[in-house]
Amino acid sequence: MAAESLIIAAEPLIRIQQLSKQYKMGGETLKALDEVSLVVNKGDFIAIIGPSGSGKSTLMNVIGCLDAPTSGQYWLDGEEISRLKENKLAEIRNRKIGFIFQGFNLLSRLTAIENVELPLIYRGVPSKLRREHALEALRKVGLEERIHHRPVELSGGQQQRVAIARALAGNPPILLADEPTGALDTRTGKEVMGFIKELNGLGHTIVLITHDPVISEQAKRVVRIMDGKLNEEAGGRNELHTGV
Amino acid sequence: MNFIQAFKMAIKSILSNKLRSLLTMLGIIIGVTAVIALVALGQGATKSVTEQVESLGTNLLTVNIVGRGTTSTMKAEEAVAIGDTVDGIRYVAPFNSQNSSVKFGTTSVNVSVVGTNADYALVKDYKVSSGRFLAQIDLDVYQKVAVIGSSTATELFGFSSPIGEYVLIQGTRYKVVGVLEEKGSSTTGSNDEVVMIPETSAERLFKSKGVRTIYVQVETTDKIDSVVAGLENVLSDHFRGNTNSYRVFNQSDALSTLTSVSDTLTLALAGIAGISLLVGGIGIMNIMLVSVTERTREIGIRKAIGAKKRDILIQFLIEAMVLSGLGGLLGIGIGVGAAQGASSAFDMDIVFSANVIGVAFFFSVAIGVLFGMFPANKAAKLKPIEALRFE
Repeated sequence: MAAESLIIAAEPLIRIQQLSKQYKMGGETLKALDEVSLVVNKGDFIAIIGPSGSGKSTLMNVIGCLDAPTSGQYWLDGEEISRLKENKLAEIRNRKIGFIFQGFNLLSRLTAIENVELPLIYRGVPSKLRREHALEALRKVGLEERIHHRPVELSGGQQQRVAIARALAGNPPILLADEPTGALDTRTGKEVMGFIKELNGLGHTIVLITHDPVISEQAKRVVRIMDGKLNEEAGGRNELHTGV
Repeated sequence: MNFIQAFKMAIKSILSNKLRSLLTMLGIIIGVTAVIALVALGQGATKSVTEQVESLGTNLLTVNIVGRGTTSTMKAEEAVAIGDTVDGIRYVAPFNSQNSSVKFGTTSVNVSVVGTNADYALVKDYKVSSGRFLAQIDLDVYQKVAVIGSSTATELFGFSSPIGEYVLIQGTRYKVVGVLEEKGSSTTGSNDEVVMIPETSAERLFKSKGVRTIYVQVETTDKIDSVVAGLENVLSDHFRGNTNSYRVFNQSDALSTLTSVSDTLTLALAGIAGISLLVGGIGIMNIMLVSVTERTREIGIRKAIGAKKRDILIQFLIEAMVLSGLGGLLGIGIGVGAAQGASSAFDMDIVFSANVIGVAFFFSVAIGVLFGMFPANKAAKLKPIEALRFE
């Protein structure tokens, strides 16, 4: 209990308060996110689950700093970022968030190591150090043998591991995974999930977005999203509104 | 992200699509090739014309005496004396010529007989191949000696040596003392069909007093203006203020006319080149726009992992710049090759100037920046979520 109270006392990594996102579609206002509140602490492994159209992607975009909310507050690692300008957001994405996409989203013209280096390039890391970091990240995902392969020369699972290495390379506090197994077969999907779990075990905070209950079961916490509203499921630690 | 990194990325993306890159560059390549080759040929032509004019001597002044009233000439001694009064004159040669028949034995030719002094060879750049040229003493004692041009020598004497032989000019015997080296033709006709005799003897032969033409060689080209002014002063004094009695003709005036013609030509070439570069630039813009659309997803990924607007802008701008710069370099290479090919095939003079090459390269790069700006800006302004969603 002492450990638990320590975590709560510390500033959470993600603190979302009454956050709304509205889209105007043909004169009608669509509430993709409706006064959502969410807290993610350091070391958490949280799954956000919901069917398509539930506002899941919008929430991911907002958490990933790809999109700005209409109203509400978003504190990321002690910084209020909901009103920041595009360039500042790019910087925060670069430093704070490692993206793992469903479709891997590797640059096909670059080799594995070049792909992994990319976030470091935009951070302005000098080339030698960049190479070291990228190599280390690729070693973590077990691909140090294939650093000079292009994505087309790698299997789906390997591609996703390169993508994970890219997310890890900058050593961001949060890994944001959007359906990381969506484009993989069950077996490699399982492998990748095992890997993500392992990363969580090493201390990485993971936010996983999925529509698949089987996948979400592997998370420590599961948050269900429906019609733009969040609902924490039993089984996870019930701290949805704690510390707010 | 630094420039070297952006540069590497640009090279990579250009190399990944070689054929398209080459076709995109084609406009710039053709433009720059045209500039380099045409300017090299144009400047070569200008140079060869200039050299021809200069071989006549750019520091050569011609004084034509029109005279006033009955005195339509100037005494030869007075003419030569000008050389001492005006500062900056190297040689002065009086010139008196008439077409007349020259006979040796039974052979007769019609050539221009020139009465002049020893300086004439220096002024007109004649060299003696055998014997000697006229000397001042020949003028002083009215010697009947002649120096003949190479063509005239061959026509009259064939292959035997003319030195010491006598020719008849209008019935008077002249001893041949020298033969000139071959000089070729100029705009004023053959320089080798000529017979030169001392000016004083020529006055007697032609039964005329004084000279109508004086050649003046100036020490250096930059003294031409002061010498022209000096000559005009002296001549004005001589003809008592009648400035219509004489005319000082400057070779460098002719040269500057030629130069202005070639400048206009160069300007016209630059205009044509400018248009083709413009077309090349539009080609680059077109392909860059296509490329931005094609790579929307890539832009989205780059933005998602932290590329700022500026990073994307620089990436595409440098890509356009590298494309056009590479086109420029290729164009310079092909242009130099084409000009050299043309010069050896058609025996034309070519001149490459570092200036023109530099400007052509700079222009092609500038075109890349100018026409890359719009596509690059379009790429930079893409929203990451929309770009990521793009299939």
